[in-house]
Amino acid sequence: MWKEKAIKIFFTGAATTSIVVVGLIFLFLGKEAAPFIFSENVAKLFGTEWVPVSFEKEQFGVLPLITGSFLVTFLAILFAVPFGVLSAVYLSEIATKTEQEILKPLIELLAGIPSVVIGFFGIIVLSPILKNTFGLESGLNAINGAILLALMATPTIITISDDAIRSVSTSYKQASIALGASKLQTIWRVVVPDALSGIIAAVMLGIGRVIGETMTVLMVTGNAAIITANPFDSVRTMTATIAAEMGEVPFGSDHYRVLFCIGIILLLITFGLNMIAQKVLRRRGV
Amino acid sequence: MSSDTLNNEPAIKTHIPDSFEDGQGCTPNNIKISVKDLNFFYGIRQVLFDISLNIYDKKVTAFIGPSGCGKSTFLRTLNRMNDIIEGTRHNGDILIDGNDIYAEKVNLVELRKKVGMVFQRSNPFPKSVFENVAYGPRIHGIKNKSELDDIVEKSLKNAGLWEEVKDRLTSNALALSGGQQQRLCIARALAIDPEILLMDEPASALDPKSTTRVEDLISELKENYTIVIVTHSMQQAARVSDYTAFFYEGDLVEFDKTKKIFTMPAKKQTEDYITGRFG
Repeated sequence: MWKEKAIKIFFTGAATTSIVVVGLIFLFLGKEAAPFIFSENVAKLFGTEWVPVSFEKEQFGVLPLITGSFLVTFLAILFAVPFGVLSAVYLSEIATKTEQEILKPLIELLAGIPSVVIGFFGIIVLSPILKNTFGLESGLNAINGAILLALMATPTIITISDDAIRSVSTSYKQASIALGASKLQTIWRVVVPDALSGIIAAVMLGIGRVIGETMTVLMVTGNAAIITANPFDSVRTMTATIAAEMGEVPFGSDHYRVLFCIGIILLLITFGLNMIAQKVLRRRGV
Repeated sequence: MSSDTLNNEPAIKTHIPDSFEDGQGCTPNNIKISVKDLNFFYGIRQVLFDISLNIYDKKVTAFIGPSGCGKSTFLRTLNRMNDIIEGTRHNGDILIDGNDIYAEKVNLVELRKKVGMVFQRSNPFPKSVFENVAYGPRIHGIKNKSELDDIVEKSLKNAGLWEEVKDRLTSNALALSGGQQQRLCIARALAIDPEILLMDEPASALDPKSTTRVEDLISELKENYTIVIVTHSMQQAARVSDYTAFFYEGDLVEFDKTKKIFTMPAKKQTEDYITGRFG
């Protein structure tokens, strides 16, 4: 009897640990950021310039970092979604059994490549290509990061969309085919619409992966904190800023606390995306 | 009947039992589907053996037999639905209106437009009632809204469902009752204006009342359509069909008028089955 109880406590403990950890992260971030948020300097957060170290006047405007993150994320999703969804359609509806057996493990392998290796690839291979093709001063820019991030988000989008498409009832497909629809018509008019909520959830999780990615963007986006919508400009993302500056910032300074504020913003964004994804997934009863 | 059917007369004639030419409109001219020496395989497993029979225009033909006897597989060869299963093959001929439907040049879209199908489990799309019925016509290129409206109304009326759903055409089809869903599937099949309707145990998942409705509907539809129905229920075959084919383990044991099959079966096996001694 006591054994049952002990086991139950053990499992409950294991299950709650992750929740407690998430709570502690929030608490810790809030604790470090609070002194700045509740000071008169907080208005600086809404500025348009990020000059955290300066002899004259420090600027803590996080707007360039947010737009930088959004630009890279937006472009990455623009590449990754059509590519990922079409791949998933191919994999689940068109590919033969043998093709599936070869492709699926390879796609999962792609998800396992360390981001620093992908960043390395971006600097050595992609950057010169971009530079020469478009005649740029530097190949380290938003689009470079976006392409690599798209590559990293694709496995997530493919795997989850593939599951969603596979779960579409065969009876719908049969009904469509029996009405004289071609395979392609069946895919676009019946299969994809029915799997849509799953595909949206896949895209949401893909965005979550992209916006939180740090090492690759730090290596290849050029890290210039400017507000721009031009994909060929260098940008600085929120994640890259935290990673690059946290190590050298004076403990307890305004700069230090602002980095925690950025962390909170980032956490809220990914948190929101995950919530939406969960909600969409739950609606389809997955 | 069209002249190309007449041209096939000599070839077909050999497959007609003498008793059919009895002055009740069952001469070779009325043959809609003619099957000759059909063998069918899933991989290396043969599931149909030398099937030859004729299906008559604007009549109801029922396929009966125990589970796994090949009757559903046979039904699905008639609109080539088996094509989507990997590793299937066949030999022998199936002619519809005298044309070989397995010939190289056959357009599958046209074939399936001509040969509609209703499945065992009602399978409306998770779309509105209207969109379900309009799906087929849309696929075949009809975009005009009023034309679609007309087709949807006419099809639902033909399926005896219009009165029940005319106020909820935009609501999701999955909210309808089981019997209504099945009639919706019939309406969906009728919307592409087929000549032949294949029904694979259309009432097996329905309650008795809905079953009666579907059976009545079949009797009405045979005015305009050639109907082939697979059924588990011998009573149903007896009630709705004009002809009955009894299958057993991939063989066509007996094919004749329903009345004859149920009163004076020629084969002992048929008699044993319909009297419930096995199956």
